[in-house]
Amino acid sequence: MAIDAARQAEPDGASSPQATAACAHCGLPVPAGLLTPGQPLQFCCHGCRTVYEVIHRCGLDRFYRVRQETDAAARPAHTTERKYHEYDDPVFRQLYYQSLADGSQTVEFYLEGVHCAACVWLVEKLPRVLPGVIESRLDIRRALVEVRWDESQVRLSQIARTLDSLGYPPHPAKDAQARKLRRQEDHRFLIRIGVAGACAGNVMTLSFALYGGVFTGIEAQYSHLFRFASMVFGVVALAWPGSLFFRGAWAALRTRTAHLDLPIALGLAAGGVAGTVNAIADRGEIYFDSLTILVLLLLSGRWLQRRQQCWANDSLELLFSLTPTSARRVEGGRIVDVPIEAIGPGDVLEVRAGESVGADGKVCDGRSAIDQALLTGESRPAAVAPGDAVHAGTVNLSARLLVRVEAVGEQTRVGKLMQLVEQHSRSRAPIVQFADRVAGRFVRVVLALAALTFALWLWIEPTRAIDNTVALLIVTCPCALGLGTPLALTIALGRAARRHILIKGGEALELLGRGGTMFLDKTGTITAGRLAVVAWTGEGALRPLVAALERHSAHPIAQVLAASSGSAPSPLAGEGRREAGRFPAPPSPPAPLPQGERGEERPTASNHATPFGSTPRVSDVRQTMGGGIQGTVDGRSLIVGSPKFVRASGASIEAEMAAAESAIIASAATPVMVAIEGRVAAVVGLGDPIRDEAPQALALLERLGWRVRILSGDHPEVVAAVATRLGLDGPDARGGLSPEDKVACVRQAAQSGPVVMVGDGVNDAAALSAAGVGIAVHGGAEASLAAAQVYLDRPGLMPIVELIHAARNTLRAIRRCLMVSLCYNAICGGLAIAGRISPLWAAILMPISSFTVLGLSYAVRTFRGRP
Amino acid sequence: MSVIYVVLPLAAVMAAAGVAAFIWSVRRGQFDDLDTPAIRILHEIDVTER
Repeated sequence: MAIDAARQAEPDGASSPQATAACAHCGLPVPAGLLTPGQPLQFCCHGCRTVYEVIHRCGLDRFYRVRQETDAAARPAHTTERKYHEYDDPVFRQLYYQSLADGSQTVEFYLEGVHCAACVWLVEKLPRVLPGVIESRLDIRRALVEVRWDESQVRLSQIARTLDSLGYPPHPAKDAQARKLRRQEDHRFLIRIGVAGACAGNVMTLSFALYGGVFTGIEAQYSHLFRFASMVFGVVALAWPGSLFFRGAWAALRTRTAHLDLPIALGLAAGGVAGTVNAIADRGEIYFDSLTILVLLLLSGRWLQRRQQCWANDSLELLFSLTPTSARRVEGGRIVDVPIEAIGPGDVLEVRAGESVGADGKVCDGRSAIDQALLTGESRPAAVAPGDAVHAGTVNLSARLLVRVEAVGEQTRVGKLMQLVEQHSRSRAPIVQFADRVAGRFVRVVLALAALTFALWLWIEPTRAIDNTVALLIVTCPCALGLGTPLALTIALGRAARRHILIKGGEALELLGRGGTMFLDKTGTITAGRLAVVAWTGEGALRPLVAALERHSAHPIAQVLAASSGSAPSPLAGEGRREAGRFPAPPSPPAPLPQGERGEERPTASNHATPFGSTPRVSDVRQTMGGGIQGTVDGRSLIVGSPKFVRASGASIEAEMAAAESAIIASAATPVMVAIEGRVAAVVGLGDPIRDEAPQALALLERLGWRVRILSGDHPEVVAAVATRLGLDGPDARGGLSPEDKVACVRQAAQSGPVVMVGDGVNDAAALSAAGVGIAVHGGAEASLAAAQVYLDRPGLMPIVELIHAARNTLRAIRRCLMVSLCYNAICGGLAIAGRISPLWAAILMPISSFTVLGLSYAVRTFRGRP
Repeated sequence: MSVIYVVLPLAAVMAAAGVAAFIWSVRRGQFDDLDTPAIRILHEIDVTER
């Protein structure tokens, strides 16, 4: 069964398991360094192995079939192996547990890694895996699971550990109360739509009888009954669901702001009062058919808008649930898991390799490399030794560290950044929506026309003055704005989502369609965000030898060299998954190679001769901290390391190699020298490769009306080198910026026009939330995801170009809708002023107007055409 | 035609019943999550198969 599942999990075309080993869990190719010869099951990373073993042990192998049946995309799993002991803590209990009447408890978790139908299956199988869990229900859109369990049988920490070991690390969802309130608000809104729909349907039926009567005659008693019944339904529709618009208009009046509710409420009120008076007096026109339909359509438009906003709120909540909840404190000689809240300045924490640091502090024991890309944007790992400062949220890459805590929680660098994000997302100047801008002018024109009509008819025929004015107010009710605009935006969002561009709100599209300044982060946005071989001068034939030697080292640079034994200079560019956020994967997995590269590569595992070609034989390996590595490979002595280290070993350097070294330094990459038999034979440049499509994407963005600039926390020289390659001017590319500097840049630019920020890290999160629109790129940290309104779920920069293009198309479509409905309004308004409009005409023309608008919104070719 | 005096209120009562049913289902949370149940129903079939 297990092996069957592994076969099924393999992607198409993976015919022989040896030649192209696919991970038994996620089906992605297994990196050469992690192949275990002779095993039927291969894993691409530790997370996948753990998850596979748990799934298999629990007899849930069907997961792989479910995944295949539902055609879900596979992803490498990621587990944290945390103990979650703090979840049983009384403090935690009070904060998150909810007790039910039958004695069971419920808790809500946000789960990482939930992405497909098979995930729903697996998570909801929790009661079978863990006796004592009564029910587990997942909401896949929000990645929110509600677990109900019996405390006497199982503890929450066990449940959390199980979820983690299945590849879904849980995070407690805060603010259950706020979520409940919002859900109730949602319910009220839906009920309003339901009532409005029922009223509109019934009034419509009655109207058919009445209009039939207009042509064939109808007895006065029945006509009176139908008009009276229409009035009852109409008044219910206006007083209950329609009250939303009256309240909105009242608020707009009090704050003296233009709002779309104003002209809507005006039309509804005029029609409602006149209709009621006429129905009771049994004379003149009633307008309830048009009015109830208007209420229904406009409410539907509001509902669409509301759903977008709720989605945005959900993702923000996710952000604030993501703070780490425990740390390992050294107490005497023992190491104890404690809730993060219990950590205070002066404590000593243990941080193992591959873990993120839980608090700001100073290293008191151990040497390691720290990945600070999240905080600073610096692409090179920084070496730390006792006495050096480390920050919460950064990732310890190579060895165990002991850290003396100096700041915790909100006092840490990352905590302060999170506060900035929260603050900015609250104070973000709202984008004045197109519809509201138009509404201000619209309401003035309509009121002027109404006054004109009233005066005109008072002069011509006073008895018809009120009727004609009311007719004008009703037919000019701005349906296109209230319905067409949200619909066009929602359609665009849906189509974007299918192209893996997730947009949290329609306003973002409106701003993106205009043009202005676009700031891009460098690390992880313009570049791939990790080290790779960007230059190789000298003997290419040495690459497999270098790779074989470097497999004996755990240093980050060694791992890059070990993984790049293939022939292409950097097959990894633009690909690969960058583990970011506060949930670092073990540092080991190098990005999987594309299938095509695999054939040329020799699948070598250290010291194991395999039947697939000659493996370089490595012996006498010696490593020097901060220098390099040397050894005997295939009988020849090989030294790989920093130029200083290789020079010190006495190797001879030709002028050509020295020139290559300076060229690499000039391009802001890190040089590594390779000496064989005492002679430098190759110089390797290691850097963060620029994404292949970056120059083209930037050029297209410029053409679409955006001024592109770079904001980076990386070293200014590196930024300048990247800017030169992309053809940007010096002042447009700024390096060495702190997250706060980035926010300042964004704010400054925001004074002179729309600003878009594109980034991926926690260090960009504040700037993303400060900008008019923040775009988080693929593989970005969860924090940047939550702070941004747009998330690109596809690697590369081209989705940004598509997005801008789509935004422009959508904006154009909205304007087109508006023009069409203005034409209708002009015709109907003209007829009303002339006193020629009858309710029948209104009833025919208004739906036509609405449906034209709906049709036009659907017909937008959001993504067609070339940018 | 005078039956309309009975039928019309009857229709109104039926409409009210429909609305009441809708309100009940909304309050029960049946419209809270529109994505997962579509997936869940596929899984529940294979539970009965076992």
